[in-house]
Amino acid sequence: MTQVAHEVTGSSWLPFARRRAVRFLTSLWVLVTAAFLMIHLIPGDPVREALGMTASPDVVNARREALGLNDSLVTQYWHYLGGLFSGDFGTSLVSGTPVADLIGDRLPATVQLAVTAFLVVVVVAVPVGVVMAVLTRGGRRRGAELGFTSTSVVLAAIPEFLLAVGLVSLFGVALGLLPVAGRDAPGSSVLPVLALAIGPAAVLARIVRVELLSVLGNDFVRTARAKRLPARLVYVRHALPNALTATLTLGAMMLASLVAGTVLVENVFAWPGLGSTIVGSIQQKDYPAVQGIVLVYGTGVLLVNLAVDVVLALLDPRSTIREA
Amino acid sequence: MRALRTPVGLASGVLLVLLAALAVFAPLLWGSQAGAIDTDALQQGSSADHLLGTDALGRDIFYRVLVATRLTLGLALLATLVGVTAGLVLGSLPSVLPRWAGRIVTSAVNIAVAFPGLLLALFFAVIFGTGTIGAVLAIAFAITPSFARLTQTLTASISGRDFIAAARVCGVGRFRLLLRHILPNIAEPLVINATLAAGSALTAFAGLSFLGIGVQAPSYDWGRLLGEGLNRIYISPAPALGPAVAVVLAGLAFNLFGEAAASAAGHRQSVRKAPKPVSTVESPSGEGLLNVRNLRVSFPGAGGWITPVRGVSFTVGQGEMIGVVGESGSGKSLTALAVSRLVEHPGVVTADRLEFAGKPLRETSQRELGTSLAMVFQDPMTSFNPTRRIGRQLAEVSEVHQGMSRKAASARVVDRLKAVRIPSAERRARQYPHEFSGGMRQRAMIAMGLMGEPRLVIADEPTTALDVTVQREVLRLLARVQEERSAAVLLISHDITVVAQTCDRVLVMYAGRIVEELPTAELFTSARHPYTTALLAAVPDLETDRDAPLAVIPGRPPEPAEIGVGCPFAPRCPLADQRCREVEPELEQVGVGHQVACWRLADGMPSLEEATVVGGPAMAGRNGEASGE
Repeated sequence: MTQVAHEVTGSSWLPFARRRAVRFLTSLWVLVTAAFLMIHLIPGDPVREALGMTASPDVVNARREALGLNDSLVTQYWHYLGGLFSGDFGTSLVSGTPVADLIGDRLPATVQLAVTAFLVVVVVAVPVGVVMAVLTRGGRRRGAELGFTSTSVVLAAIPEFLLAVGLVSLFGVALGLLPVAGRDAPGSSVLPVLALAIGPAAVLARIVRVELLSVLGNDFVRTARAKRLPARLVYVRHALPNALTATLTLGAMMLASLVAGTVLVENVFAWPGLGSTIVGSIQQKDYPAVQGIVLVYGTGVLLVNLAVDVVLALLDPRSTIREA
Repeated sequence: MRALRTPVGLASGVLLVLLAALAVFAPLLWGSQAGAIDTDALQQGSSADHLLGTDALGRDIFYRVLVATRLTLGLALLATLVGVTAGLVLGSLPSVLPRWAGRIVTSAVNIAVAFPGLLLALFFAVIFGTGTIGAVLAIAFAITPSFARLTQTLTASISGRDFIAAARVCGVGRFRLLLRHILPNIAEPLVINATLAAGSALTAFAGLSFLGIGVQAPSYDWGRLLGEGLNRIYISPAPALGPAVAVVLAGLAFNLFGEAAASAAGHRQSVRKAPKPVSTVESPSGEGLLNVRNLRVSFPGAGGWITPVRGVSFTVGQGEMIGVVGESGSGKSLTALAVSRLVEHPGVVTADRLEFAGKPLRETSQRELGTSLAMVFQDPMTSFNPTRRIGRQLAEVSEVHQGMSRKAASARVVDRLKAVRIPSAERRARQYPHEFSGGMRQRAMIAMGLMGEPRLVIADEPTTALDVTVQREVLRLLARVQEERSAAVLLISHDITVVAQTCDRVLVMYAGRIVEELPTAELFTSARHPYTTALLAAVPDLETDRDAPLAVIPGRPPEPAEIGVGCPFAPRCPLADQRCREVEPELEQVGVGHQVACWRLADGMPSLEEATVVGGPAMAGRNGEASGE
């Protein structure tokens, strides 16, 4: 019987990889299709909206023709997909430059912001959550528990753009320590990263604590203690990996929302990334640009989720994720 | 509403009620002031007339913030309600639906969850045009997939646990399984996240309005007021600060209330002030490997301290095999945990003497305990770490305590697995616990104890979770460990026959005390405590009448909190008299290595025969009434 179990485990990787790849490609297809349909779901004529009421019908029609909007939907979809494969994201209605150039120009700044903030979140939240769980396990140190939960709740409740404004007025305006706009000055990423990271770090630390506390009640933790392992090993080696499923799931969501948070924070700090671009593009009704940026954000998030699922499957030998 | 009993829960609850009241009454009371245009007071800062200043049309921002409560809260709650409900339904569906349908739902959720809320919001803003409906939909849809995913993940992780498997095997239906077993166990993270969702829906709206994509003029919510104020924050901070504080306060109220509700749902007990435990007196060591004198284990309870182990004394000699029997709740497992120093806060262990190998236990180093005191626990399913290979879990004992290299430790693991007769030990060492059968896991657990050089093996109900043949193998293995390595074994069991088969001496525990101690050889001939004889009488043997109901001891053992004066067994004892009910008897020597705590024996009253005749059949009531108490 255990022989069978062993074989099942060994061979569950291939179906998992296949299934996960299918899901990734399906999601990507849904994303691309949604981005394509977005323009067609807009009531009225997007080109007219973009060029304004004063534009002459000929100009509008010429632009529609140039964008291929006068073709049948199927033809447009086909062209759109073909364009994406060759790296063509369309042309901006406002500037007339290729959207791909715009994305290539702005993406690195956003990635830099998001990745740094995520690293800060993990590096801060996991140790803090673990330490707080250990300190407050079994109802110890009620005061510390109250202090931690209230601090984390307060920090998590402050939206990142308010935090950003607060940081600007404190460190930028009042103390004059750090630059508050752009990304050229040294240290210019400190405030945006902090604004992005503080809230998610508070939430993640709290989740890590709750999860770890529930793991600490398990029999195998008692076994680890019965082996007289040093406390460090009991918590880090035995308890923590079992608390990671929920933590990672939430962490992935957090990374996604952190990516979205860049939109707000970039607007406060005039950070030259995709986030400030998409808001401007929406306001200017530059639909091809919005379409392209939505695609980039969506794909990025899909890749993050793929990575997390693979990590979860690696961490979970019972293969509940793989077989789910 | 247990959440309201904590200060935090109360404060946030009051805040929520205030916000609700504002939402209902503010537009009625101050609606006209909030809309009043005053061209003489445009863009003013904070003043006595205008607490938070005025906006571009000279309208008072303070009143506008109060009035905006209704729209802000309403929209946030609407979005949360829609989102959480949809998420719970979507997340639970896969565990109720047929497998293929569940898969479709799961993949749909997984596709949807990929897209962060703001991205969705922007997407919908493009389609619907910027506005309130688009924002509500966007935020609801943003909550839905993540909530569904969380429900799914938690359900999946809880579905791997034993009690779900057990319920499933017992034929519990899918809906019942979901409602009775799964959802209650994942309620806490769900509640935390639902309130977080409400808080974040509120701030998300503020964010959208700040970007100019949420609520549109002439309507206004806090977010929109904030956006208007942010433009001139460097000139006058009050117009931005007011709505900002409102957003933060409301977000906090939701979050704190959620936290309080979650801890109430988790039944976390508040701990009362601990009385000072009796100080531990360490007297010089005596005979034996393990010396325990007057061991007490206490826990804080609702009405003061509860003491499930009340003054237990015994000695385990070198290489001796001692059995501890008693019903569940008799304190035998806690005794084992206390002896191995594994009782955790808030439990308090005291003893006049607690010595292992001639030294007080509290002075024994972790290294020495780790190598010379081995533990075997009841449930081999849950006692191994599910995420680590068996071999690694065994090897770390040698790596940590004996300073072995990884390679040397692995070699020792294989050797020890062979010693407990696990076939193809090399391959087994690389497997995870779930790939082992129950009996094999328990043998691996014993092998883990053998990684060191155990002088004492404490086995707490090691065979309870196993079937009878496997049970015998494990007991034989323990006996072999005792013989070959001259290790002492403390075997704890609720089953007196298990103990009788293997042990040299038996300790019978009842209500946190030892009531009888005697050599196993005398168990069936000269056991004298009415409880021991009742336990023996309850064991069916070859001569037991198969047609009669199984013998049981009427009544139930007292809860630790219920123990009052007198002998705790008196309410169930056919021999009990007035004295038994008033004063608790101490252990008295009645023979060589034989002690009994019973007044009626010390009185010289009932002989063994009398106790068995009177006590046995009468207590082991053969009719349903007696056992039904």
